[in-house]
Amino acid sequence: MQRSRLLAILAVLIVLFSLGAIVGAQDDMVEIEYWQYNFGARVDAMNMLIEQFEAENPGIKVVHNSDIPYADFRTELAASAPAGVGPDVVTLFYGWIPAFVDAGYLVPLPEDPFSEEFIMETFSPMVANSKFEGSYWAIPTAVRSLALFWNKDIFADAGLDPEAPPATLDELVEMAIATTQYDGDMGDILNITRQGHAPALSAQDHHWFREVLIRQYGGAPYSDDGRTVTYNSEEGCAAFSWLAAFETEHVTGSNDILDGATNAFVNGDSAIHVDGSFRLGTIARNNPDLNYGVTELPVGPNGERHTFGSYWTHGITRRANDDPARLEAAVKFLQFITTPEAGTLWVNNVGELPAQAAAAADEMILADADLGPFSAGLAYSHATFFVDESAQRQVLIDAFDNIRLGGMDPCDALDEAAAAEQELIDNFWADREM
Amino acid sequence: MPPGVFQNMTFARKKIVWAYIFLAIPIVFFAYIRVYPALFAFQMSLHDYNPLAAEQPYVGLENYERLFEQLGKRKSQTKSAFQNTINYVLLGVPIQLCLALAIALMLNEIRVMSTLYRIMFFLPFVTSTIAIAWVFRMLYQPRFGLFNVILQLVSLPQQPFLRSTQQALPSVLALVIWQGMGFAIIIFLAGLKQIPRTYYEAAEVDGASRWHTFRYITFPLLNPSIVYLLVLQSISFLRMFAPVIAMTEQGRGGPLDSTVTVVLQTYREAFQSFNMGYASSLTVVLFALILGVTIIQLSVTSRRIN
Repeated sequence: MQRSRLLAILAVLIVLFSLGAIVGAQDDMVEIEYWQYNFGARVDAMNMLIEQFEAENPGIKVVHNSDIPYADFRTELAASAPAGVGPDVVTLFYGWIPAFVDAGYLVPLPEDPFSEEFIMETFSPMVANSKFEGSYWAIPTAVRSLALFWNKDIFADAGLDPEAPPATLDELVEMAIATTQYDGDMGDILNITRQGHAPALSAQDHHWFREVLIRQYGGAPYSDDGRTVTYNSEEGCAAFSWLAAFETEHVTGSNDILDGATNAFVNGDSAIHVDGSFRLGTIARNNPDLNYGVTELPVGPNGERHTFGSYWTHGITRRANDDPARLEAAVKFLQFITTPEAGTLWVNNVGELPAQAAAAADEMILADADLGPFSAGLAYSHATFFVDESAQRQVLIDAFDNIRLGGMDPCDALDEAAAAEQELIDNFWADREM
Repeated sequence: MPPGVFQNMTFARKKIVWAYIFLAIPIVFFAYIRVYPALFAFQMSLHDYNPLAAEQPYVGLENYERLFEQLGKRKSQTKSAFQNTINYVLLGVPIQLCLALAIALMLNEIRVMSTLYRIMFFLPFVTSTIAIAWVFRMLYQPRFGLFNVILQLVSLPQQPFLRSTQQALPSVLALVIWQGMGFAIIIFLAGLKQIPRTYYEAAEVDGASRWHTFRYITFPLLNPSIVYLLVLQSISFLRMFAPVIAMTEQGRGGPLDSTVTVVLQTYREAFQSFNMGYASSLTVVLFALILGVTIIQLSVTSRRIN
């Protein structure tokens, strides 16, 4: 009896000590949280990177939260911050950075290892340009640009050469008209059964207009310091009219029919579509049999090539900054996921191009029929400086809706948009300089 | 309470005390989950409240100034939100209650399969709004949506429905009226059952017409149900959110803000632009609006009926 009690006490003590040892070991472990929104391919790629990182840094554990859908991502971040929880390293759309900096949510990247020279020399120009208030606040693994997708089967069916996509804006209009099919009156959007080209401002076309079409018509979207809207010019109006004409004049498609412009193309109901490299993955998953090609965006009236560049980028939060051990781990992690090797893993799994210029200009990528056009575009890409990306996008969506639904003149609609967007930009800077 | 007090109580008293203790739990929960955040919204509306920021500076009535400035503009999202919300109430409540009353009167007459009919009308009310909204969104689709297919079958021109600035609001409203009607029907049916049959028998003996019976017996005696529904449905239309976010592209209340409501605008300001202070001022104004509408309705419509 006595002995068995002694044994029991011993057993309890052993369990307690071993538990203590585990807890003690965990004290040496630094745990950081990494958040991104849920996008299958990105989640898988990041899991691979985290596995490699943890193998190299046994003292750091990275908790990967990728359960939040895109539509709720900002909401969840906003809800987590007052609760005192949330990520140490977070992936945000580059256009959101000013708002998050404005709120004091992000801290500047440390000079070591992210010095200005290092970023300028090694990363794509669009990353180097996104300095804000004298600091870099985030750094990406990968970047994207826009290119033109075309459906070869529809081209062949319409009597066009399936291997000759539009090379100029004029050809784009001709080919869109040639590939559109109607059931009934040709002047009615609702009668379209197959789209030539559907302008979708809520998708990528507001970027196409802002950074590509205006420049190709000889104008500029913003002043050099990004603080004055200049797209409501003669050139801007010509570019916007050109874009609106697909729906109002040529009647080749609309984002309102066939489940939206993007889905229409993925489903094989649309001939020509402007989109980013991330759409390659969507097509591969949802409609692998789609017979399509990718080419650089067509040149404009002035013969110039431009494209819009954008990226999801990783920043370090105020929360990480509060604890030196976590900050150190976060910086290490950030460094690890932005190497050329990480970029190469990313392009192979996600289809986005490495953010480090050397890795993106890799011969394998340039020679790839699908990725090549996007990679070529990086050299002439522009990333808009957004103060509030969703609100600024909304301004152009409304301008476009005013034309197509309200019958407004494109120049007037653009004037109204420019005034609204200028107000957004002015408000942002007025608050910053108080 | 001092020691001994509980022991000296009678058994019946102890039971009551225990009942209060148990009831206190949901009350505390309710206060923390509903009352405290509601009061907190008032406080937030006086701050430049950005949830991502470390500090939330006090700005006094600045958010309200901005709100009324937006309302005074020729065109603004805030103004559209308030205008649409008022339209939803002014159109939605009368149409819904009239239809519900008509259907309830008919359901009250039938004897065969009456339960089946009641279930059919009540079913939408217990179905998820988001699910119904998505189904309607598909029904409204151009070309392939059921409504346009029917129009084509009878050789009528296709309608844009949700993609038109004029038709979008009525299209959303139709769904909300239909979905909420089951509830109103049940309340009216219960109200109709309360009216003593003897009144109708007396009216019949006096040779009153059906219209007179309705006008002087049914309608006045249904007054409590009508007041109840008027208040409740007005509040529910004023708070409309889910159908609009589900039925419009990317949940924006478009096209061109033609369907956006105050609550949706509040959500967008709070969680998309992170202007929680301004969003709170919107909810406070909506609260005042709901309170005002309710008080007016109660004082106008709840007169005693002889």
